[in-house]
Amino acid sequence: MVRRHRITPQGQNDARAPPKRIRGIRKGRVTSRETGGIMFKHIMVPVDLAHTESLGHALDTAADLAAHWGAKVTYVGVGTATPGKLAHNPAEFSEKLKAFAKAQAVAHAIDAEAHATIAHDPTTDVDDVLLHTIDEIGADLVVMQSHIPGLVDYIWPSNGGKIAGHSRASVLVVRG
Amino acid sequence: MSDTDNQGIPEPEGHADIIETDYEIGQDNYETMFGPFRIDIHNPVFAISGIAVILFVAIALIWPEGARDAFLSMRDFVKSQFDWFFLMSANIFVIFSLLLIVSPWGSVRLGGSEATPDYSYLAWFSMLFAAGMGIGLMFFGVLEPVYYFGTPWGDQPLGGDLGIVDGVVASEAAVAEARQRAMAATIFHWGLHPWAIYAIVALALALFSYNKGLPLTIRSAFYPLLGERVWGAWGNAIDTIAAFATLFGLATSLGIGATQVASGLTEVFGSGDSAEGTRNFLGFLWGNVDSSGDSSMLLVLIITFITAIALISVLRGLDGGVKVLSEINMGFAALLLLFVFLVGPSLDIIGDFFAGLMGYARDIVPLSNPVGREDTGFLHGWTTFYWAWWISWSPFVGMFIARVSRGRTVREFIIAVLLVPSLVCVFWMATFGGTAISQVVEGATESGVFQTVIASYSPELSLFAMLGELPLASISSMLAVVLVVVFFVTSSDSGSLVIDTITAGGKVDAPVIQRVFWCVFEGAVAAVLLLGAAGTAGLDSLQAMVISTGLFFTVVLLVMCFAILKGLISEKRGN
Repeated sequence: MVRRHRITPQGQNDARAPPKRIRGIRKGRVTSRETGGIMFKHIMVPVDLAHTESLGHALDTAADLAAHWGAKVTYVGVGTATPGKLAHNPAEFSEKLKAFAKAQAVAHAIDAEAHATIAHDPTTDVDDVLLHTIDEIGADLVVMQSHIPGLVDYIWPSNGGKIAGHSRASVLVVRG
Repeated sequence: MSDTDNQGIPEPEGHADIIETDYEIGQDNYETMFGPFRIDIHNPVFAISGIAVILFVAIALIWPEGARDAFLSMRDFVKSQFDWFFLMSANIFVIFSLLLIVSPWGSVRLGGSEATPDYSYLAWFSMLFAAGMGIGLMFFGVLEPVYYFGTPWGDQPLGGDLGIVDGVVASEAAVAEARQRAMAATIFHWGLHPWAIYAIVALALALFSYNKGLPLTIRSAFYPLLGERVWGAWGNAIDTIAAFATLFGLATSLGIGATQVASGLTEVFGSGDSAEGTRNFLGFLWGNVDSSGDSSMLLVLIITFITAIALISVLRGLDGGVKVLSEINMGFAALLLLFVFLVGPSLDIIGDFFAGLMGYARDIVPLSNPVGREDTGFLHGWTTFYWAWWISWSPFVGMFIARVSRGRTVREFIIAVLLVPSLVCVFWMATFGGTAISQVVEGATESGVFQTVIASYSPELSLFAMLGELPLASISSMLAVVLVVVFFVTSSDSGSLVIDTITAGGKVDAPVIQRVFWCVFEGAVAAVLLLGAAGTAGLDSLQAMVISTGLFFTVVLLVMCFAILKGLISEKRGN
């Protein structure tokens, strides 16, 4: 199980550091040499806007990593063409996701964007849509929330499992 | 937009007139963990429709005779007493749809003025055709035209003369006349009317879902009439009956269709002698003169096989499963159609196509007129039966068509749902029915089709009898069996998605376990009814019950016409 941890160059356990300090970090304090050659520029975070309350760990982790490397975060939402709990139509869904991304950007002082997609049949297509989106937006790291595997995962792999298994980007699956 | 790639949506989809309601989709849903599975179901639509299905299956099993008598007499009552209501309503649906094509509202786009279609024409057409007609074309393609042409039971459309009487083929002129009338009456049942019924439901649901922002369930079309009350008991009742009728419609058709597959398999690949009661397929007795020893296990295996493929399809989803299978289905159907057209009497078929269309134009008014009819055998036995049947299926087919039709204009939508499938059906009937009638005219009592339709009524064998007299019969019969199976799968998988959406309060992203449940449940209901009751008695009685729900849904469809008008008025018209 991956423990929740926060990463700051100073080793401080503080994700909500003042914006100025983090901007400073972004401007070249962290180099690929310092991070052992690993440097991520574009983090994709799949979000289920209907269940944002259970996304806390993944959102915080992604924001911390983004602050650390000065990476851009794109929050990806998969909506439906038919009206759903969140929105009446794709345009409204897109607006809601933008608002969510903006709130994240302000809360964590990071550079964040929203990317809304629709799936014809989200129940089965979410993984494929996310995999497609990783390539489309050119993300190099995916940070996503997942549940602790259970019996069912032997039959149906979790979203995180499938993304990690098929994507060329690095994937950090954060347990809930 | 391509079919499978789910693209981003950077821009708004243009003007659409959203209905302001406080109702939040999913607010009545019951969301919890059931063992290791997450479930998200509408309370109480899911539970009531599920329990009602189990209850009716129990009734059909505990009192097979009583249930059959009750349901069959209910169906016959509906058919004979409300014939005028079905016929007049269906006429209204056709006229309403045709008027919409030429009306200024034809340019309204489903999904907002800037929306783009989700599917290509071919994929879209394959899906709506596979869900809408499917198996019926295989079952009735030979049966119906030949029945009208030569049946001695007084069911001729409009009381016309027969083309063959007591095994003797009539004069050439009488044959031509009977042939044209048979084709016209068949086209009447498979042409504009059924597709208008589907078009109304599909358009109402698509409009109120994509343009008005209401959930994709049947109740949404009642918003103009009921207002906010649609989220309460009224709406629950409408959705529950729709889910219930869809499940039973699919399950009973699946059971009865399994008998056609079994007949095809034993006919083409079986061994043994049917008169001695030893006819079997792989050791399972089937197709014997004394059918009491026939194996219902063979039917259960066929149902299991069909359900298993449908299950794979729903697990792969709309694009990866349902669409792919519909396209495969379309390919096979085109292959069989082309085969029969080429090796059959091609000139007769072309003649039947045009004569049938002309006869249809000539007879459509008298055939659709409910007043002062003398051919009540035909009117009640066939036309009213069909109308009730199409209407009881319309929640399922209409909702599925709505699901795949976003981004089309109303005009484009109705042309594709009404006119194109009607023409395809005409050609199908001309090919299968025309070939079969030619065989009867040439071979008279010797022809296999005469034996299975007129001499001894074995409808499930009529298609194979026709193919049997053409070259390469074993190959074409095999293709026909495969096609029957695929047609079933394409109804079963799309039906499971529809029931899942209705019972999840219009959510199309309900957990996958729920669609698995409905798909398996449907197969289980069919299998239990076959194992429990004698032969197909349980299936017949429950199918009669489903057809009776057609009366209720006719009222629903009339309300939908009103809702469509009301909904379209406030929409922005395109170019």
